[in-house]
Formats: sequence, C-alpha cells, structure tokens
Amino acid sequence: MEGLKLTNAELMVYIHPSKSGNKLKAICRELSSLLFQYDETFDGVLLAFDVTVKSKGAKILAGLNPYFGVKVEASLLLFNPKPNSLVEGKIVKISPETIHVIVLGFSAAVVTDIDIREEFKYRMRNGEDCFVSSSHKRHVLKVGTMLRLQVESFDEEVMHIAGSLLPANTGCVKWLEQQSEEALHMDRDDHKRRKIA
Amino acid sequence: MGASEALTDPSSLYNVGNNDLSDTETVLNVRNALASVQNGESDLLYDQFVETIQINNRSDHALGAQLDALLKALSGSVACIDVNHHRRILSGIFGMSLWDHKPHVMDSLMDLIISLAATSGKYLDNCLNMLIRHFVPPPWVIDRLWQGRVIEQKQHVLSRVHGALLKISLLVPLAPSRLLPMLAQQLPKINKKDQVVVIYVENLLKLENSSIGQVGGGMIFMMVMERLRDLDLEIDWDDILQDDSNRGMFDMELEDAMNEGDELPVGSLNQDTSGGKIESLDKLMVTCFDHLESCNLHGRLDQVFEKLFDSFENFILNTYKSKVSQFLMFYACSLDPENCGVKFGSKLLDIFLSSNKPRPTRQVSLWMSAVAYLASYLARGKFLPVSYVASMLKRLVDECADYCRTCNDDIRPEAHQLFYSGCQAIMYVLCFRMRSILDVPRFRSELIPLESILMHKLNPLMVCLPSVVAEFLRQAKAGGLFVVSDSFIFEDLLESELSRAFGGCERLDTFFPFDPCLLKSSNSNISGNFIYWSMVRPTYDKDDDEDDAEIIVNGDEESDEEDEGDLDYALNKMSITPKHSFKNNMERERLMKMPSMIRPSTSPESL
Repeated sequence: MEGLKLTNAELMVYIHPSKSGNKLKAICRELSSLLFQYDETFDGVLLAFDVTVKSKGAKILAGLNPYFGVKVEASLLLFNPKPNSLVEGKIVKISPETIHVIVLGFSAAVVTDIDIREEFKYRMRNGEDCFVSSSHKRHVLKVGTMLRLQVESFDEEVMHIAGSLLPANTGCVKWLEQQSEEALHMDRDDHKRRKIA
Repeated sequence: MGASEALTDPSSLYNVGNNDLSDTETVLNVRNALASVQNGESDLLYDQFVETIQINNRSDHALGAQLDALLKALSGSVACIDVNHHRRILSGIFGMSLWDHKPHVMDSLMDLIISLAATSGKYLDNCLNMLIRHFVPPPWVIDRLWQGRVIEQKQHVLSRVHGALLKISLLVPLAPSRLLPMLAQQLPKINKKDQVVVIYVENLLKLENSSIGQVGGGMIFMMVMERLRDLDLEIDWDDILQDDSNRGMFDMELEDAMNEGDELPVGSLNQDTSGGKIESLDKLMVTCFDHLESCNLHGRLDQVFEKLFDSFENFILNTYKSKVSQFLMFYACSLDPENCGVKFGSKLLDIFLSSNKPRPTRQVSLWMSAVAYLASYLARGKFLPVSYVASMLKRLVDECADYCRTCNDDIRPEAHQLFYSGCQAIMYVLCFRMRSILDVPRFRSELIPLESILMHKLNPLMVCLPSVVAEFLRQAKAGGLFVVSDSFIFEDLLESELSRAFGGCERLDTFFPFDPCLLKSSNSNISGNFIYWSMVRPTYDKDDDEDDAEIIVNGDEESDEEDEGDLDYALNKMSITPKHSFKNNMERERLMKMPSMIRPSTSPESL
C-alpha cells in the first residue's frame, strides 16, 4: 500500500516545569496530541511514533513559565496518500451510487458511481448489495471485501479520501493477487513450453 | 454510468399519477438540474427543488410524496452536489427538521444526510450539527409532552437521529471526535422556564450508552456533571431552607418526613422561589439515576464509574456549595457496593493521603474536601459493610497518629488543617457507626491509637466542630471506648472560633456533603440506601423512658423504625453494653443532640 512512510525526525519538545518529574510521559503526551492529525511539517497524518531521548541536558526557555526543551529522536509513521497512489481498505457499505471504504481503520474513503469502471455492475445478491464484474464473474465487491483503490484527492481536515476504481489494477485485493499469481504461473509454463519446443 | 435521456418537461417530474416514472429517471433529472446550475445556467427545476424542500406542511400528502421523491433522488446524486454552486439547496437541506415531517420523509432525509456526511468531508460538520439540533425539541413539542401523539413523534425523531449518528460514525471513523465539541456547544443554557436541558441530557446519556460513548463517554459525563453543578449553584439553598423561622438548626422533622415519602410539611421548599430550577435539577438527577441503573443492568457500571469519578473530581469535589449533584456518586455506589462503593471510598482516601507525597502544588482545600466526603460517605452509606468502614477508619487513625509523631510546634489551627479534618472525619463516622464498630473486638482494637491522638498537644477536641466532638465523646463514654474529663461538655454550640480557623474561608469544618438530599424525586431514589440520624442507634440510650436495666438480652427495644433485616440491629439486640440512662431531665436537655443536618453558620462572618 502506498502512502505510508516511516521517517526519522529530530524534534525539540517543550515541557512545562511541573512535568519535570516524568519527562518521557510528558513527551509522549505532547506527541500523542498530534496523532491522527495532518501536520504540515511532517507532511502527513501522524499514525504512530517511537521516541528516544537524546541528550541529558535541556534548554530552558526564558519567560513567565520556564518551559524546557528536550531533544528527542523519533521515528514517525506518516500517512499521506498522494493523488494517483493506491491505497487499500475494507468495504463497509455499498449502494447503487457509492462504495464506502475505511482505510487503516480511521480514514473514510468513497468511490462514487462516476469513478467505477464500466465492467462493474450493481447487483443485489442474496439480499446483499454488491458490484460484480461483467467480464470476470468471480470478481465481486461486497461488504467486508478488501478493496484496492486509486486516490483522487485527500481532504486533510477530515481524513477523507475520494477514490477511483477506473484503473485496471484496482478492485478486490484477493482477486487481483490471485490474478497476478496465475499470470506468473502461466509465464513460467510458457517459458518451459518454449524451451522444450 | 452510461448516457441517458433527459426529460425536457420539468413538470412531469412530479406527475404523481404517472407510475411509469422510475427512480433512475428522477435521479437523472435531478443530476441534470444540478449540473446545469453548476454550469452557471439558471434552472427552473432546481428552483422548484429548493421550494419543495422549504415546505413545512405535514398534512399535505402530495407535497409529502414529492418531498420524499426529491430527497431520495438527491441521496442518489450526492456526488453531483457542489458545495459552492448549490448553496441554496444545501442550506435548505440543513435547515430541515425531522420534527416537522412524517416518518417516511424522515427516513429519506436521514439517508440523504448520511450520504452527504460520508461522501464528502466538506458536509460532515454541517450534517452533525443538523442532527444535534434535534436534541432540542421545538416549543410546540415541549408544551405538549404529555400528549400521546407528541410522545410518538418524539420517539420517531430521536430514534432516527441516534441511528443516523451511529451510521455516520461507522462510515466515518473520526466523526465522534468531531461530534463531541459540537455537543458541548449546543448544550442549552440554563433557562428558567424550559425543561429543554433535561431532554438534551437524556439524549447525551443515550449517546454515552452507544458505540460513540466508547470514544467520548468521559467528555459526555463532564458536560453533564458541569451542567448539574451549575444548576445546583444557581439555586439559593440557604434562602429556601431558612424560610421557616420556627425551625431550629437541627431539622429532625424534615428528614423524617422525607423518610416516609410524605408531602413535606415545610412550606418553604414548596414555594419554588428558584423559578423552576429546582424542578429541572430534580428531573436531571432522576434522568442520570435512570441512566446509571441501566448501565448497571448491562454490566457496564464499573467501566462507567471511572469516567463518572473523573468528572466528579473535576467539578464537584472542590465545589463546596453544591447540595445535590454529589448524590450521583452515592447512587452509583449504592447500585454496586462491592466494586463502585469500595472504589469511591478508596479513591477519596488516596486523594487525602496524597498530601504526604512531594507535590509541586499544595492543594489543601482539595485534600480536606476529600476527607470530608469520605467521612460523610462512610457515615451515610447504608450499603457499606462495617468491615469496610472499619478498615477505612483504621487508615485514617494510622495517618493521624503518624502526623502526631512528626508534627511541628506551631499551635495555630491553620497550620494543621489536614490533621484536624482527619480527626473530625474519624469522630463524625464514629458518631454514626460507634455501636457497630465497638461490637467487633478486632475493629475496636484498631481504634486504640485514637485516644492518644485526641489527647495530643494539638488538642483536636478543642479545635474540631463542637457539636461533632460532643456527640462523639458522649458515645465514646457510653460505649466504653475511653473516658474523657467533663471539661469538654459544650454549650449548645454548633461551631467555635477554633473550628472556623481550621475550616478556612471555605468553611470545610462544617462541610458534610452527603447530608440528606433536599429534592423530592431524587431523594426517593436515595433514601433506601441512606442512613438518617434518626436511624442511628447510639451507644447511649436516646430515649430514656426505659428502666435502668443493666443487661439487655433480646429485650424490647424501643426503636421500631429500624430496618429489621439490618445485621447491626440484630447484633445490638444482643448487646450487653450497660445502658446509661440520663434520669436527670435537665441534664438530658442540656446535652446536645447530634445535628442531623448541619447548615452553614448563621453568624455574619461566614460566607
């Protein structure tokens, strides 16, 4: 899945003097307040972090409350789906006009009917809404399927992804991977046949 | 999707008699209208849509059907709605209210709102705000809340609103975190006439019970507790209680009347000088009690209790003038004595004992308040086993004993506020529980250090509240705990200079937060688990018409008001504690009765 990256960063965390008893806790608290929010400096949504305090000394800020700055090294897990990248998520709702997906458990993604390619037709099967591919009967999208979609746009404030199923490499993840495995097998067989022949 | 034919005749869209018109065609019409407006052209059909949405007439069936069809078509075309070009229709949609419509229109509207919220992040906040607005019913609903069809409409609306909120939070996982600040913002201000805040809080608590509550339950309780406290503080309790000039300081009759659930004989509380606030507060408390009870039935009370205690600690613990809000905690503890009941006491004790740890700030008032709460709780909680009360007392006694060993030589009461609060707490609890504690030798032996504490040079017997000290000494003497010289018999004093000194400006020396609840409906929920002073059997004989019998074994006890099933009572029946009968009438009258409800001092210096 694209859009996820792990980066290392050197940060300076400023802590209120009352928290000097337990610095690590205060640092974690500060960084936790940034979780699941888009940050421009990091260029992405912070999903997880791991900190180590680098130096024993700290710089004290002059001012009314003498905050002190602790240098930390953190590895950050960031999420920033750029347009035309691929992401994967679980389908939670299907209607004739839209497919609603949840990516990484926190980001809502929507594919509207204009962005669903022609081969997928809406059907009601066994009381369940689903999209079935007209060219490959086995390729079915229903609630609970893991879907790979292409990102059209990403709303940073609400963590909302507008997605598209137009490209050929999008669709049900399981089916797509089966297809690529079969293609690999067939290639090998072809090779063997050519070799023998 | 593939190409389609557009119908050119706008009026045929609403040809209700024409059954051939399919949903798809309606959707296409709507999409075309939206598209043409987006391109900058004015469109008759679009204008018609805006008008239809603004219709408020419930009784017209044809209009209702049109609206229904339009809403369904809009749900299917959410992707075509543009936030900039279609402002008129969007503001129309967000201005609609479920209260004005029939159930089938409500369903279509909710589907549309859910689609809008889930499809684009730009509409999420508007959708959530629109839904929350329904928690405040329109005036015509509030005025007729007893009518059957209004109740039915309320049920229709609120069930759909809650359903929509849950569905949105399923489709957009971050929706609950955006919802919570909006809930706080739309919480109605304290209004004299309306009971609107009660309905709003009902809905908040319903949300707490749902999956949204898993994320935001803590914040919801904070909102509710803050509102309870604010309402409590708005009511001028002193004004109401002191209305009747014939009453003495110790209102025995008041609590007896409440015990029996009769109409209060006092005219004062019936005169609702607070303008409906007492009624609102009473209803709010009962709503919260019902919620806690349902949490208990579902086995969630333990989990909820943590959040409840946090909001209590934040808002109520350091508010000394609240008279009723704290009973929320009392009720929760009474529902589940083994877990919540025990936890409440332990947490309060921990707050008091945290005064020993090195801390950046000294929160003396908070610590004193915590021990006052603990004392009042241990004294009044009928559901608390004697062993638990004894163990808490032991820890308090040990703490005070430690203090005695390590204190400095300053003799001013202000310097030892925590010590005096601790001593007063011990004495207050023993006034209520002396007999049951002394009956068990193990508990009695745990109280041995108490004598040296009370005899210490810091002289808690002089400094603590005289009424508490006098009652305690009387019972201690009668129970054979220890005997003190007679110089501690006070005149009919509630308080003294010294007690005021240690109590500080908040008057924490006269702070007994779980004194009987003054609200009728709330009290009916509490009284079954509450120990009133009249129920307490002190170690001396309260009513000394009896003969001076030395030993009583299964004798006829005078107190019929006792709960027969009470274990303490059974133990007491077989007690062989010698009874001191105060044959001298004058002396009996001179010795003070324990005040059942201690009110703030009437002397001018107090707040």
